[in-house]
Amino acid sequence: MPPTPCSLCHTARALVKRPKTGQQVCKDCFFEVFETEVHNTIVEGKGIFERGEKVAIGASGGKDSTVLAHVLSVLNKRYHYGLDLFLLSIDEGITGYRDDSLETVKQNQIEYGLPLKILSYNELYGWTMDKIVEQVGRRNNCTFCGVFRRQALDRGAAQLGVDHIVTGHNADDIAETVLMNIMRGDIARLGRCTAVTTQSEDTIKRSKPFKYAYEKEIVMYAYFKKLTYFSTECIYSPDDLEAIRPSAIVDIIHSGESFQLEQSVQKGMKAMQTCLRCGYISSNDLCKACALLEGLEAGLDRSALRQTQANSSNAPTGHRTIPMFERYSNVGASQPAEGIEKAVQAIEIK
Amino acid sequence: MSTSDDIITTSNGLGYTSSSAAHPESLVKPPQAPSAGEDTIEIKIEFGGGLHLLFSSQPSHKIHIPRNIPNDDNTATQPVNMRYLVKWMKSNLLSEREEMFGDGDGVRPGILVLINDADWELEGELEYELRDRDEIVFISTLHGG
Ligand SMILES: [Zn+2]
Ligand SMILES: [Zn+2]
Repeated sequence: MPPTPCSLCHTARALVKRPKTGQQVCKDCFFEVFETEVHNTIVEGKGIFERGEKVAIGASGGKDSTVLAHVLSVLNKRYHYGLDLFLLSIDEGITGYRDDSLETVKQNQIEYGLPLKILSYNELYGWTMDKIVEQVGRRNNCTFCGVFRRQALDRGAAQLGVDHIVTGHNADDIAETVLMNIMRGDIARLGRCTAVTTQSEDTIKRSKPFKYAYEKEIVMYAYFKKLTYFSTECIYSPDDLEAIRPSAIVDIIHSGESFQLEQSVQKGMKAMQTCLRCGYISSNDLCKACALLEGLEAGLDRSALRQTQANSSNAPTGHRTIPMFERYSNVGASQPAEGIEKAVQAIEIK
Repeated sequence: MSTSDDIITTSNGLGYTSSSAAHPESLVKPPQAPSAGEDTIEIKIEFGGGLHLLFSSQPSHKIHIPRNIPNDDNTATQPVNMRYLVKWMKSNLLSEREEMFGDGDGVRPGILVLINDADWELEGELEYELRDRDEIVFISTLHGG
């Protein structure tokens, strides 16, 4: 086959076939269109950033967050967003997995010149994922990890004095979430999971600048730019987790977007309060993390459950607890719950 | 044009570090591979995105395969192609979990293939005719955000 010329500059050789359009582009034009599309996602509408905003990039060391850190650093300079960027990593305490990827994040810190904060499950909850899996087995460990990571990110952001977290969720991830919410009939979360930015007054703002970026292009970008990332499956993820590979990813996202959250649905949702034990935003007396932690601790010390009927504000004697959540700006307005209620309700701790 | 090249990395863009790979460059002798000569060609294979874990944890391999292979009805020979290479890899290089790599004659969805740094979708995919010293890169897009 003769080399195909780039369909944009018509001079260089095309090296990438774009999944969205089938367009065949050369390396430089690929960088250009990829970065510009992310910029467009960022500035669309009111835009997801405010000038001078402090923003933490949730950095796992994986491809998505590494490319995000790179592209945001580039766009911040090119378009003068004026952002104060940080890398925020969570150390779940998974031997042989997280320690390698944290090395990668430390490398990114040097490459991008961004300050890095690492917060560990161990320092926050007194438990590593290794110990949690030892106790609860492999069945529900992803739920623990999801609840703990979300809160850890918020706490890490608060410690950095940051009010906005960006994550590397890409179009393929979001399409998968849309499909999952459709299958679960979870209409309330459908619109929400497709939003570029989610925020309510008392939670830390979260955005997904890669909402329209395809996984294939993210991987291509990392490869052509020779970015440092780490790629291995989490050793605790279920073996049979087969990714849904829809071809019409953007169509799926748009169908999710069209499910606007009706006021009536919102009213039916629980108002938010703060966790009586740790001060984190919660729709119940105890936040998910405190509830899970109490289960873990009780599993260690069954007698504790028998002797003291724990009340919400005080953990049973001898149990480890989560430090009080403090945000420098504090608002107590009632907001619709988001959250992971269903997943948590489905857990039973043996 | 892009002004982004002020960020310097010393990486390979393939998602592994030398500490996480068994050997940066394969020391493995491809089983029964004839050494390069008139009848064979040399191909460099690289794995990214964690795929090397399926290939004895070695991210980079140099292999030799026949220059020509029998055609479909065995009546003549034809130049060796990607279809042959993928099949050859399944029986000679793959160390575990074939279903994580192969899918029918090809590779499973979610694995990106580059032929001399070009998306193989631009190169004819399985029908691409291999030449001596071609570099083929397989990258999994599935793991870890
Ligand atoms: Zn071009
Ligand atoms: Zn709590």
